[in-house]
Amino acid sequence: MTTEIPTKSQEAAAVPPPGRASEKKRVQQGHKRLLTRRDRITLAFMAGVPTILHVLLVWVTALASILLAFTTWDGIGFDSIKWVGLDNFKQLFTDNPQFWPAVQHNVIWFVVLILIPTPFGLFLAVQLDKKIRFTRIYQTAFFLPVVISMACIGFVWQLIYNPDTGLINSIIGANKPGHYIDWIGDPKLNLWAVLIAASWRHAGYMMILYLAGLKSVDPSLREASALDGANEWQTFKNVIFPTLRPTNTVVLVVTIIEALRAFDLVFVFNKGAQGTELLSILVTNNIIGESSRIGYGSAIAVVLLVISLIVIIPYLIATFRKERRA
Amino acid sequence: MSTVSALAKQRNPIRPARVLLHVFLAGAALAWLAPLLWAIFSAMRPYSETSERGYLSWPHTLNFDNFKNAFTQSDMTHYFMNTLIIAVPAVLLTLFLSSMVAFYVSRFDFRVNLALLLVFTAGNLLPQQVIITPLYRLYLLTNLPGITASGKLYDSALGLVLIHVAFQSGFCAFVLSNYMRSLPHELTEAALVDGASVWRLYWQITLPLCRPAMAALATLLSIWIYNDFFWALVLISTGENMPITSALNNLSGQYFTDPNLVAAGSLLTAIPTLIVYFVLQKQFVSGLTLGSAKG
Repeated sequence: MTTEIPTKSQEAAAVPPPGRASEKKRVQQGHKRLLTRRDRITLAFMAGVPTILHVLLVWVTALASILLAFTTWDGIGFDSIKWVGLDNFKQLFTDNPQFWPAVQHNVIWFVVLILIPTPFGLFLAVQLDKKIRFTRIYQTAFFLPVVISMACIGFVWQLIYNPDTGLINSIIGANKPGHYIDWIGDPKLNLWAVLIAASWRHAGYMMILYLAGLKSVDPSLREASALDGANEWQTFKNVIFPTLRPTNTVVLVVTIIEALRAFDLVFVFNKGAQGTELLSILVTNNIIGESSRIGYGSAIAVVLLVISLIVIIPYLIATFRKERRA
Repeated sequence: MSTVSALAKQRNPIRPARVLLHVFLAGAALAWLAPLLWAIFSAMRPYSETSERGYLSWPHTLNFDNFKNAFTQSDMTHYFMNTLIIAVPAVLLTLFLSSMVAFYVSRFDFRVNLALLLVFTAGNLLPQQVIITPLYRLYLLTNLPGITASGKLYDSALGLVLIHVAFQSGFCAFVLSNYMRSLPHELTEAALVDGASVWRLYWQITLPLCRPAMAALATLLSIWIYNDFFWALVLISTGENMPITSALNNLSGQYFTDPNLVAAGSLLTAIPTLIVYFVLQKQFVSGLTLGSAKG
């Protein structure tokens, strides 16, 4: 096998590619021609080992999720896997009282993150990008929640929301029997309470992404706009924001992925009890929870996978098309 | 811009808008720190005092007893060690493997390079829950008698290292291949002509030039892997084997019996990340934006 590849590629290298091959391509072909047999084996190893590990643990398992979603399995022997067609999905869409709330909460999660902390992060970035004093101190404060683990954030915010001992109820006097406001248990409140904690973290993350984006904005654009008599808001709206397009794309994708991945915070907060169900929580409950249903859990994972791929694929195609052109 | 702001400065040395902005930013920054400050405040008060007088009361005693108790009662050193055993090999292995892929992808056009990079990057963007069910089964089915204490990939540090490496190498390969592509091609070309082997090209010529990117990624990875909660929650069954972040969940019911201890315990777990962040802030931020700024 190893002997076949070199000869093939040597042939390919001997015949120069048709005229539209770029300069870069020719250089790389040159690279290839100089390789010895040992080099080729080294290269195969260098690319092969990480790829096998990644594909096996990430893509084969993702594929297995899809296959298992059409089966029932008790997880004990392979012969107990039974094909059930779309039964898991039918049950999921019609019978599961947690499924649609979970989808709804994932959507709300995204909408809140993109509408509140993301613009706020952008606003902070624009302010901190001005040559302003103490900017590092401000940045550190806003960015601090991003560094801390989501689990830790969950515990910290519990100290604020706890109905008996928490900060909010202590301040508004709602920690006495009869006046309780149960921020963690009440299904009308708990999602919003968690979302405040999630937004607290997300704003700092977005601020850093936008700060990096703003650094790459050509300063002469700003100058020209100011000379044309545009005020700060006009400059931002008409000049700066349009040039932030690549950053906006990244921000959008990051926010969607974050909304789909949301798990740790909710799990620590109330284990995804009523009011805070999420797709990720439902999948996990089918593994470590009381009911261990492999096929059913996989069906939920497939829903998550499909939504993710709808976002990931166009993003990557756009990214790599640009790369190729560059 | 510089000339404009300089002019403005001359005309009006103390600009009310600037002062207002500082007031706003300082207020917002303080509000941002408030939850953490509240946690520190709660953690420094004895439980007896807060249970008697409420949490929103003027403190009589402030000390570090809760921190000490949380640390010793739960044997936190043990869990920090668990994290270390997982995080150090995971970070090193991720960097090693992803830099090899990046080297291959950025230096050799074997047609597959784009597809390879695509596979890696897309894999990294998937929510973890998409793959967890089969992964959990795979880990249960993989018997490794004598290699891991549990005899399986499940419930072992090795299992966690592997999934961290597999999952994170996507992002790192993407960032590093972008970085390597910006290195001049003539560099490796010349070395190849001189008869250097591919391995030398990678290890002695390319890698040393990637030091800034590697440092940034190492910082980022350390914090991410340290902060991981989900993988260990599902793939580790014995509480004793959990890394610190995931152990927090068990400990908070078992040892951290009052809110003051919970506050102290969870703050303790944040300390290593905070140290890394404050010392290596530049690397961390550049790592986070390396992959995205290019978009």
